[in-house]
Amino acid sequence: MPIRMTLLAVTAGLALVAGLGSAYADDKAAAAVASDENGKYADKDGNPTFKIKEDGTVDWYTYSGFRRFNSDCFVCHGADGAGSSFAPALADSLKTMSYADFLSTVAEGRKNLKNGNDKVMPAFGNNKNVYCYMDDLYVYLRARAVGDLPRGRPAKHEDKPPAAKEAEASCMGG
Amino acid sequence: MRVHKNLIGIALATTAMTFSLAGGALANDDLQGLISDSKNWAIQTGDYANTRYSKLNKITADNVKNLQVAWTFSTGVLRGHEGGPLIVGDVMYVHAPYPNTVFALDLNNDGKILWKYEPKQDANVIPIMCCDTVNRGVAYGDGKIFLYQADTTLVALDAKTGKPVWSVKNAEASDGSKGESGTSAPMVVKDKVIVGISGGEFGVRGALTAYDMKDGKQAWRAWSMGSDKETLIDPEKTTQLGKPVGKDSGTNTWEGDQWKTGGGTTWGWYSYDPKLNLIYYGTGNPSTWNPSQRPGDNKWSMTIMARDADTGMAKWLYQMTPHDEWDYDGINEMILADGIEVGGKPRDVLVHFDRNGFAYTMDRATGELLVAKKYDPAVNWATEVDMDKDSKTYGRPKVVDKYSTQAQGEDVNTTGICPAALGTKDQQPAAYSPKTKLFYVPTNHVCMDYEPYKVSYTAGQPYVGATLSMYPAPNSHGGMGNFIAWDAAKGEIVWSKPEQFSVWSGALATDGDVVFYGTLEGYLKAVDKDGKELYKFKTPSGIIGNVTTYEHKGKQYVAVLSGVGGWAGIGLAAGLTKPNEGLGAVGGYAALSDYTALGGQLTVFAVPE
Ligand code: HEC
Repeated sequence: MPIRMTLLAVTAGLALVAGLGSAYADDKAAAAVASDENGKYADKDGNPTFKIKEDGTVDWYTYSGFRRFNSDCFVCHGADGAGSSFAPALADSLKTMSYADFLSTVAEGRKNLKNGNDKVMPAFGNNKNVYCYMDDLYVYLRARAVGDLPRGRPAKHEDKPPAAKEAEASCMGG
Repeated sequence: MRVHKNLIGIALATTAMTFSLAGGALANDDLQGLISDSKNWAIQTGDYANTRYSKLNKITADNVKNLQVAWTFSTGVLRGHEGGPLIVGDVMYVHAPYPNTVFALDLNNDGKILWKYEPKQDANVIPIMCCDTVNRGVAYGDGKIFLYQADTTLVALDAKTGKPVWSVKNAEASDGSKGESGTSAPMVVKDKVIVGISGGEFGVRGALTAYDMKDGKQAWRAWSMGSDKETLIDPEKTTQLGKPVGKDSGTNTWEGDQWKTGGGTTWGWYSYDPKLNLIYYGTGNPSTWNPSQRPGDNKWSMTIMARDADTGMAKWLYQMTPHDEWDYDGINEMILADGIEVGGKPRDVLVHFDRNGFAYTMDRATGELLVAKKYDPAVNWATEVDMDKDSKTYGRPKVVDKYSTQAQGEDVNTTGICPAALGTKDQQPAAYSPKTKLFYVPTNHVCMDYEPYKVSYTAGQPYVGATLSMYPAPNSHGGMGNFIAWDAAKGEIVWSKPEQFSVWSGALATDGDVVFYGTLEGYLKAVDKDGKELYKFKTPSGIIGNVTTYEHKGKQYVAVLSGVGGWAGIGLAAGLTKPNEGLGAVGGYAALSDYTALGGQLTVFAVPE
């Protein structure tokens, strides 16, 4: 519960930034790595981003996001975010969706009730299996959307940074 | 016991009530009669034996090529359309996925709408329906139409007016907060309505429940796991492969309290043998998909169940995939066939095409295992089922370590497992022709990589715990499906017709020597008994519904729901992940979205005069 609240607070804060138009992952340049904190990369606006080396090696979070996505999200959004008969292709959505909007949509869900084609995105704000890996999911989908990350399991990835292990343990355990 | 007393109490209370009870018994004979008259299609599965075989023979292997569309009907819903219409006399009953609209159509008046029913449901059930908001259709009995809604409300509608007569909530919560949902078709047996539950991916504990057809009062509930009292298992009398199962099998094959979120849901089709008075069905996968997290055999998930229709007590059961490691959800239908010669003796059997890729032929009175063979040569997770009665592992699959996600362990990506979690066949029901003694089976030809990892349980949230990628079976024809004919006595494929996409539509066999099925691109196809294609017509959307036939005013019709979606629409809509280079053919990677789009429609065919 406390985690969920922080998440929403962060979301609200970022929504303001998003209003300035600087948090959109609309192209590769905006997603370029500007900083590296223990294997977790951020763009120039401080939003999480992916890193793909020449030989295809992806950062840990992108890899982790792939795994989480193709477990908790693919049953609706299709394998690798390619879309399904009723949920959007997130590999496209993330071309224009801000980090803040992503966080709030996943945490709070969304209802789009149209007679005969009711669509509901579940709220994952109290699901540890998702919220402990929010950035991983975002970074992975951002890489799929603007980083030319191909479909399927990334062949090579960076080692799991100790910081990721600690964050996981405290989030999943708490 | 309590139910029994109630019945006596009611019967004594007033003569009027006694009369209505007698009426209930008659109503059931009435349903039997309606089912045996092939002009109707009075039960989703065609008959209690689930054969999906019709004695109608005006449409034949000779004239089926002239089949034309007679009329069509839109449901107004764009999601996946499973199941099919019921035809009782001059009325056809058509259902839709969420919002679960039901229409009664007048066959004497070009399908004019006699009545329409649309329930109000909490939209929060939508996101807990893991694989689209499907519904597998309504049931008929005692002048009522029984609808099992997404929110697990079972409602009885007056078949003449569409007005609700009674309703009951089957699950603990009807707002999705526990992850329970309703997708399956109810079955009417004697004076009861039988319903199951969905939500195996949400840690829902499965059960089969019987309600009194008259008033919706619960008659019995058989949990898939839990104490012997809850599972309606008699430790001495209930048998598995001829041996008593012993005490507390539904809890002592689990670690601690894990059985409480154990899965084993019951969303497939049910069959019934009136002579033995037994109901047959399969239970689903144990929750989570991460096997390392739930040690033990996880009974009675993945189990073929035979239960007394009056009391729910288990006569026999058989766990096909103990301790599932692949999501081989065991809910597929049990087809009852008589006089199948196994080992030179005619036997009355149950035939089951499991998600795990094995087809089981069992003596349906005793639960003796007669045949267990792969019905797709690609199946590789087990070499065979141990058929040696003296073996300690009798009846268990011989699992191949390389494809065991338990042996490979958490956080390891086990690759090349066949079949994929979709199974060699999912819920789409097969047909059986007593004429050819063959089973016609819609199948998937898809393999997967599977990486389990640790998850935590939250009520109403997905409880999955494995990363999957799926692709067409390697080194094969490149397509993702086959339509096969199966000999259940020998355990052999007689013929196999490759399909580009998984065949996700229920089959129909007829006395006219024609077998029908639908494809995900939207074709209704007719084949002869050797699998030769005689006819195809492209309907407006992909078919995941089941083909039905009926006769009206002397003419035979074939009807099917189109409306792509379901797990097929999810897994395949955008094409499957490309497998390693060089495997499969290019066609197999094609996206279904290049062939068809959403839309719920019924198409009715006939041969013109
Ligand atoms: C039960 C099905 C379901 C599951 C599971 C699901 N989603 Fe969704 N999601 C939807 C639907 C449906 C929509 C579209 C809602 C709408 O039309 O407004 C959606 C929308 C979204 C959007 C907004 C996309 C856009 O273009 O605006 C994001 C982001 C998203 N989902 C992320 C996720 C993530 C991440 C997961 C896994 C943790 C996930 N979803 C799991 C059904 C689902």
